[in-house]
Amino acid sequence: MNYTIHFNLIWKYVPDLLQGAVLSFQIAILAFLGGMIIGLVGASIKIFGGGVLRGAVHAYVSFFMNTPQLVQIYFFFFALPQAGILLSPYQAVLVGMTLNAGAYLTEIQRAGFLSVHKAELEAAETLGMSLPQTIWYVIFPHICKVLFPPLSNHYIIMTLGTSMAAIFGVEELTGRAFNVNAITFRSIEVFIVTAGIYVGITILASAILVFAGRWLFRVKGKVF
Amino acid sequence: MPYLNIENLHAAYGDNLVLRGIDIAVEKGEIVSLIGPSGSGKSTLLRALVGLTKPHLGAVHLEGRLIDYSNKRSLREARDHFAIVFQQYNLFQNMTALKNVTIAPVKVKKRNSGEVGQEAKTLLAKVGLGDKLHSYPDELSGGQQQRVAIARALAFRPNILLLDEVTSALDPELVKEVLDTVRMLAKEGMTMLIVSHEMAFVREVSSKTVFMDEGKVVEIGAPSQVIDQPKTPRAQEFMAKILRH
Amino acid sequence: MIEGLWEEIPRFFTYYNWVFLLEATGRTLVLTGIGCLVGFAFGFYLAVARLYRGRVFLPLKVIIIFYVEIFRRVPFLVTLMLIFFFCQGVQLDVSVFTVALITVCLIAAAYTAEIVRAGFESVQHTQWEATEVMNFTLVQKLHLVVIPQAWKVILPPAFSFFIAFIKDTALASQIGVVELTYVGKVFNNKGFSAVLAFGTILILYYLISYPLARFGAWMEKKLAVSKH
Repeated sequence: MNYTIHFNLIWKYVPDLLQGAVLSFQIAILAFLGGMIIGLVGASIKIFGGGVLRGAVHAYVSFFMNTPQLVQIYFFFFALPQAGILLSPYQAVLVGMTLNAGAYLTEIQRAGFLSVHKAELEAAETLGMSLPQTIWYVIFPHICKVLFPPLSNHYIIMTLGTSMAAIFGVEELTGRAFNVNAITFRSIEVFIVTAGIYVGITILASAILVFAGRWLFRVKGKVF
Repeated sequence: MPYLNIENLHAAYGDNLVLRGIDIAVEKGEIVSLIGPSGSGKSTLLRALVGLTKPHLGAVHLEGRLIDYSNKRSLREARDHFAIVFQQYNLFQNMTALKNVTIAPVKVKKRNSGEVGQEAKTLLAKVGLGDKLHSYPDELSGGQQQRVAIARALAFRPNILLLDEVTSALDPELVKEVLDTVRMLAKEGMTMLIVSHEMAFVREVSSKTVFMDEGKVVEIGAPSQVIDQPKTPRAQEFMAKILRH
Repeated sequence: MIEGLWEEIPRFFTYYNWVFLLEATGRTLVLTGIGCLVGFAFGFYLAVARLYRGRVFLPLKVIIIFYVEIFRRVPFLVTLMLIFFFCQGVQLDVSVFTVALITVCLIAAAYTAEIVRAGFESVQHTQWEATEVMNFTLVQKLHLVVIPQAWKVILPPAFSFFIAFIKDTALASQIGVVELTYVGKVFNNKGFSAVLAFGTILILYYLISYPLARFGAWMEKKLAVSKH
């Protein structure tokens, strides 16, 4: 079937694929932000909260970290209608990815919060800093610096994770690749180009994150 | 013809030109000490001799034969004649003292393991660690680790022993035990190049002292002369600073 | 809804369905297990290949770097599709399971190469230097000094990767591999309640992953404490 590779039939679809990439980015960023909010609440509860709430968060985190994102989305897409909640494919993907991200980001943020050393807090106290000052000048910068690498890393993972939305018909990058494949039957070429675009956008994202990290938080990092 | 002849040696470490034309001749059985301020290139010179830092200009002749640092075979052969003891001892963390000493002669020089084992035990006893044969490096003090490193170097049966600031990383009370070991080797006639800050020791043990500064040999002579009565201004300045302590 | 679910349970958990579920679980584990083992071996050699010095090795090292970066930056689904259509294109008549297995191997190799490389770099360069001046060959350096020290840094991330990959193989259901997720879709299509179908699948994945994750955490703690 594909004995002869014909990339030329694919080139006109590249803008379409790139538009799909924009949707991939949109899904990833929304799920990441939603996950960060969940993570912030979850991490706070895990550190400061009472037994029952802590247990609930632990159960949530444990469940979403130990099961596949794909099956989580399947569940939301097929099972929620039985409870009367109808979600579009896009919404199901978003809910699934956000809740999944929330679990991982809870753990990441929790580790970050716990990394603040008592020594730093004591130093701030002996310097006569008030609590708000301590938080703004000591705790917040330290946490940002510690959290930046693992959060960046997880964001890249989530960007790759958006590809499973294609299974539900969402027209992000992989979804559009399926479409182009259905139209042109140039399967190998389409998926090579799609793979190339994923490599490109993740390298771009890594580079931006590394430089942002160096500039904002003086976090050392490498793109490769 | 000198045993080891270093001529116009130039070497760079990264972008820095550290050695800028070193000329030193070493006879068999001589103990040459290298002194000078940090950054003068003393350690780099030792590293260059064993090819850890590749010289890009100049020549090193061992027993009249040129060492070609860009040729794998020549380098391997040269390394067979040298043994270097590092400031940080560099003992293999995953092996006992005994294993550290026996591993290279057995695996690299392909000697009989029973014979090497015996020799290793003798060497370790000689440096005063006969009872620590089966201890791991993290169970030993700095001084003990350094002595194991010396035993390891000796088991390699080198013709020239290179000692790179072997006491600098040690707590003061551990320095003597290592220096005593080196004194013993000196008495036995081992050819050595010693980089050290221990001036009294250097004066006592070495037959020739080389003062280096900024990658060049500034003064060479008898230890008592270079250390007590330096001729060149830079050497005089250095000695004054050292002795003020 | 709950009453409906309750009535469905005996219809759902029949003997045949159990067998189907367990077979699929087995397939998931075999797919990930064998794929990772082969991938780890391959990835290990990729990492070692990067240690060779000499200009003649440069093209090989560049290819390896490209390989590692690319397979770590492409989603599993896309790589799966590529391998699937590639096999089809060269008329290689293999089962979908084999296609998935090849994909797992290729991706695991790329990730392992990075993990092993980090492990090698974690061994202080002074250890490397000591072996260098005593004329150890590369094989001797790795076998006698580097790997005995590096494996403790390599094993935990490698194991974590394996556990995470069990979840990634869910995507193999897309090309028809009868693993755990595929079974969930089958049951859902057959008319069983989606809550029951996918809920069971989720619980089974959890039962596989959670104990392994706990074991991994325990192992990591033990390795961090022990010295030799």
